[in-house]
Amino acid sequence: MARVVVDVMLKPEILDPQGKAVQGALPRLGFEGIRDVRQGKRFELEVDGELTEQRLAEVCEIAEKLLSNPVIEDFTVHTDGADG
Amino acid sequence: MKVGVVTFPGSLDDVDARRAVVLAGHEAVALWHGDHDLRGVDAVILPGGFSYGDYLRCGAISRFSPVMTEVVAAAERGLPVLGICNGFQVLCESHLLPGALIRNNHQKFVCRDQRLRVENNGTPWTSSYDGGAEITVVLKNGEGSYVADEATLDMLEAEGRVVVRYLDVNPNGSLRDIAGISNERGNVVGLMPHPEHAVEDLCGPGTDGLGFFTSLLAPVG
Repeated sequence: MARVVVDVMLKPEILDPQGKAVQGALPRLGFEGIRDVRQGKRFELEVDGELTEQRLAEVCEIAEKLLSNPVIEDFTVHTDGADG
Repeated sequence: MKVGVVTFPGSLDDVDARRAVVLAGHEAVALWHGDHDLRGVDAVILPGGFSYGDYLRCGAISRFSPVMTEVVAAAERGLPVLGICNGFQVLCESHLLPGALIRNNHQKFVCRDQRLRVENNGTPWTSSYDGGAEITVVLKNGEGSYVADEATLDMLEAEGRVVVRYLDVNPNGSLRDIAGISNERGNVVGLMPHPEHAVEDLCGPGTDGLGFFTSLLAPVG
């Protein structure tokens, strides 16, 4: 079994009000000097069997079709075998 | 006409939409998200609410429900489809409409009586209105900020596909004050405000919203 991680982030040009809210809370907690916060999503997919090129291509398709909305989000896929 | 209103798990405004359909003189047909057929309806409404709890992204899970396969196919054949609020989000996620809806720029849920201008009365959902008509209906959303790239926005404007636009204030940060758009053919319309909440004098800001439902009977100009 292998673990594949998909990270989804809003595209840089898309406003991220949630990230802004988090950033706004930092000075109130005494943390200074954080210029910007962007909030994203992390998906951990447990894949049966060996992680072949074909399986990885499938995960990319899942990321593109369901996990992200390509109109507003970018995604990256990476493997995380150490925890598998 | 027979107008289907889809109920997803988490839909809130399906009953109001069916009521508006009946007040406009149509027969309302309740459709379930798990249905594999549209029961011979002449038009479909995707109502407001929080389908599938807005999990993942608003409308992202609903898009893959069995009934949406039928709705997408029928829309591509020209069936009139109206998406209100969450329904608009579902239409964008289904790629029946371009762009996407993201969290309001001010981070708060907004609920207000909203003035709008009907920019395009050539769709099956807006033909009851005069071109440029100014109407007031309810607006309530947390993720209603319409975004698309510049090229898409220019195309929507050039092709007259901005169907309704916010007046007075932009309630959520939508680009170019866009409140609702149509597909290229004009049969699929999505908007964030709720015309189905403005169909009776007893509640809501008046009856300005009724036109969206009576339009189905009017000839498209």
